[in-house]
Amino acid sequence: MTHPFLALTDSDREEMLGTIGVATVDELFRDLPDAVRFGRELDLEPALSEQETFEHLAALAARNADAGREVSFLGAGIYDHYVPAVVDTILQRGELLTAYTPYQPEMSQGVLQAIFEYQTAICELTGMDVSNASGYDGTSVAADACYVAKHATGRSKVVVTEATNPQVRQVVKTFAVGFGLEIVEVPHRDGVTDPDELERAAADAAAVIFQQPNFFGCLEPAPDLVVRATESGALPVAHVDLLSLGVLEAPGNYGAALALGEGQAAGNFTSFGGPHYGFLAGRNEFIRRMPGRIVGETVDTAGERGYVLTLQTREQHIRREKATSNITTNQTLLALGGLVYLTWLGPQGLRELGETCLSLGAYAKQRLEEAGLEQVFAGQTTFKEFGVRVGRNAREVVAAARERGVHPGYALGRDYEGMDDVLLVGVTERRTPEEIDRLAAVLGEVCG
Amino acid sequence: MKLIYEKSQAGRRASALPHYEGLPAAPDLPDELRRSEPPRLPEVPEFELVRHFTELSTRNFGVDTGFYPLGSCTMKYNPRINERLAALPGFARMHPLQEEDGAQGALELMWRLQEILAGVTGLDAVSLQPAAGSQGELTGLLLVRAYFAARGEGEQRRKVVIPDTAHGTNPASVTMAGFELTHVQTDARGNIDVDDLRGKVDDQTAALMLTNPSTLGLFDENIEEIERIFHGAGALMYYDGANLNAVCGISRPGDMGFDVVHINLHKTFSQPHGGGGPGGGPVAVRDILEPFLPVPAVVRRDDGGFGLDFDRPQTIGKVRGFTGPFGVFVRSYAFLRMWGPRLREMSEAAVLNANYVLARLKEAYDLPFDRLCMHEFVLSARTMKREHGCTALDVAKRLMDYGFHPPTIYFPLIVPEALMIEPTETEAKETLDAFCDAMLAIAREAEDEPETLKEAPHHRPVRRLDEVRAAKNPVVKYGFEPAQAPTEV
Amino acid sequence: MAAAESYPDDLKYHEEHDWARVEGDEATLGITWFAADALGELVHFEPPEVGASVTKDQSYGEVESVKAVSDVIAPLSGEVLAVNEQVVGEPETVNDDPYGNGWLIRIRLSDAGEVDSLLDVEAYRQVLANQ
Repeated sequence: MTHPFLALTDSDREEMLGTIGVATVDELFRDLPDAVRFGRELDLEPALSEQETFEHLAALAARNADAGREVSFLGAGIYDHYVPAVVDTILQRGELLTAYTPYQPEMSQGVLQAIFEYQTAICELTGMDVSNASGYDGTSVAADACYVAKHATGRSKVVVTEATNPQVRQVVKTFAVGFGLEIVEVPHRDGVTDPDELERAAADAAAVIFQQPNFFGCLEPAPDLVVRATESGALPVAHVDLLSLGVLEAPGNYGAALALGEGQAAGNFTSFGGPHYGFLAGRNEFIRRMPGRIVGETVDTAGERGYVLTLQTREQHIRREKATSNITTNQTLLALGGLVYLTWLGPQGLRELGETCLSLGAYAKQRLEEAGLEQVFAGQTTFKEFGVRVGRNAREVVAAARERGVHPGYALGRDYEGMDDVLLVGVTERRTPEEIDRLAAVLGEVCG
Repeated sequence: MKLIYEKSQAGRRASALPHYEGLPAAPDLPDELRRSEPPRLPEVPEFELVRHFTELSTRNFGVDTGFYPLGSCTMKYNPRINERLAALPGFARMHPLQEEDGAQGALELMWRLQEILAGVTGLDAVSLQPAAGSQGELTGLLLVRAYFAARGEGEQRRKVVIPDTAHGTNPASVTMAGFELTHVQTDARGNIDVDDLRGKVDDQTAALMLTNPSTLGLFDENIEEIERIFHGAGALMYYDGANLNAVCGISRPGDMGFDVVHINLHKTFSQPHGGGGPGGGPVAVRDILEPFLPVPAVVRRDDGGFGLDFDRPQTIGKVRGFTGPFGVFVRSYAFLRMWGPRLREMSEAAVLNANYVLARLKEAYDLPFDRLCMHEFVLSARTMKREHGCTALDVAKRLMDYGFHPPTIYFPLIVPEALMIEPTETEAKETLDAFCDAMLAIAREAEDEPETLKEAPHHRPVRRLDEVRAAKNPVVKYGFEPAQAPTEV
Repeated sequence: MAAAESYPDDLKYHEEHDWARVEGDEATLGITWFAADALGELVHFEPPEVGASVTKDQSYGEVESVKAVSDVIAPLSGEVLAVNEQVVGEPETVNDDPYGNGWLIRIRLSDAGEVDSLLDVEAYRQVLANQ
């Protein structure tokens, strides 16, 4: 039986082999030495029909406790925001979904213009001059920034605040080995970074990476951190949440050199960690050091406006070993989801979303306090997330709460020593006051 | 066509957000942290949003639109079941930090995918974590680095050998991994020049990076000798899996002697490509490299359950957030289950299609290496350029008028005026014939009416675009000011 | 408008397609018509800083077209006295006038003896013939 993903009939094959001048398909592989031929059938389970495949994977999906089955207060970098139907609709347009990199601009004006619009949105949100077309995720763009900073400054040390997402720190450390960079961490003090400590660490650093709001949800003294980094000759790099930027200042406006982060919250499903998009934007002086694709405006031979991939000499296919990055395939489809989502929100929606998250966070703090839970960094202003002490091992609390249908948050002891009894509670606009009441009730019960 | 920002009218919006009564006021933000000016995001109603992006889609060409023989990118058809499955709430709404017992289905899927990829590559262990091929390369090279460091040879083995046909990602990854490059030439048959190679591999060599079949679409006939040279010198072999679509079920990188492989899920195992991504770049390794793989490892526990293992003391660390691009795994796993052991037929059809197109075109274009090809091949427009002044770029642009996406051009670098054609297994003979007819017609046009090529495309939403202007004065975001007259360049 | 192919007699050449116009203990450096033509219209010149030293046979800057990037190799060693700001602003000047307005930098020679190792126009034409 012909496989449904193939189109050749037996007579097609005969005719094609005749044109090629060989008798069998096997002959096409005559350049392969016998010793490297597999010579038997792959040891895989028999091929499934589409229906069987659907049933099999649907059964696997049914064994996952997704955010529709548990009331989830998990955040820690990936957030359960509502994704509007228009995102699905646009991303399923086959012309966009099944295209590849727009190397041929006349075939790809749709994707190119969309990326140009995405770059504009990212620059508007972050207050930067230039954005690339996307990186893999919020971790890889931080590693990219290290590579940019190394070459821009000629220095070989990068400072990362300890209150930066642990996933980001871990990935940066992995790649730093190859980049020849030393990574130095600056501890947090009561949930935020001390500018004096940061300044001491930043001497001779290529870059200082901090997160705003940080991993604990706390607002860092970001403008001060940027000043201290700049005074040390290090590039200040802000790791930010796009959805905070309707209420929080754009990093470009307080002097950051690069702004980057995880784009998932804006327009992507949580999807067990990916695929999502990382965004990376910078001041104009770094345009030739940016990794990955950039779309630029131009005109065609008739004078009509159009879009092309530009400054490609930065990239691996031209600059090879001297390229600003090895990235090729990126996350365009997910970034397009981001653009559609941000367009859906608009500036008013973005501000309201931020305010709603702030209000719901305040409500959650209040309710948890009433339930007897103490905030771990009580004096700090927080956005979307905050830590509470649960009086026992937080992983046990998670397990007990999940038995009651609520995932109460992330156990910070998984990443931070001495915080085994701290739960990081994430509150997006998708968590209703009733769900927060339920969280308070459950935690009151299982922590008591 | 207008930008979405040019359609924006203050006061319009597509979104209405939930309004919750009785909440405390949002806390006051410190002045220096509060947004000073709102971002100029578009203000449009929902139907305007849908129309805008729908119109953009009509100005784009994808595999769903037509034939897309972009060499080295494996633009095969993307089964729609993939999209339905990835959107299931049990996958799409899963949080990556969910506890293991709440993620058994996701972990099982990943474990099963790892097993399949190990079988297809002929290697022992797989990490799905890398986000794309180039991140897989960097991961693989860091594994090599860690391996030699653990053996006390880290300082000594600094060189990675790369043939001159390699994708640009290979040398870029070598630099990013902190290795030094050694280039090796290609011989007259399109294989690695083994004589050149012998003098370049010694006890300073860490690894070879090889795409096999190469970017010329040729299987290296000397692969056994190459393997002896590298392993004989104590070096490792890295397989760039960009061209794995040629050999699934036919020849396994592990059997060719490779120790570490990256797989481009978005090429070989059907992802929608999405205008440039997402992808997936799992690495498969021989047992000697397994201790160094990224954490967490997805494992099957003794009790039959599935889990994440962080306890890998020799790991290189994490290369991406969480456990990788899970939605990509869903699609490739579904695709692989629908092929099963018949995967060999997929590669056979890809190779048959490529050789058929090659046979029909090789009289009309230069063929720098006259051999049977694998899943792709490289022609040259060198003679056409010399005799008629038409270049590979002109051929590419003219193909658009015939309704085809052009092949990859000007790569690999060792072939002047290169046209790199990869039809993939999914295309019908009628489509291949129509493409060949167009390529032959274009070759005739180059002789009879070269201006038709040089001015192409004639039937796309835009004419040929001025890339020099874009690079000289980069405009990389909307200006928000009234349109100004274009500057003469 | 790109210039027609030419290789002036009064210049010294380097096999990496660079030229030098030596005047006393100073020299003006640039890339040849062949190099400019092979790259296509230049869109960017990344110059060295004035005061930096350049070393014979090593790169002192980069020139870029849309599709290619190339190191510029110093035919002679010395200290950078001037950078051609016209080329920085309008890189296509190199294509228009590679030996005149399209010069790249001026240097003060640190080893005048190096001049003897450069090619004269006939020898450089031989290099091109062998390309």
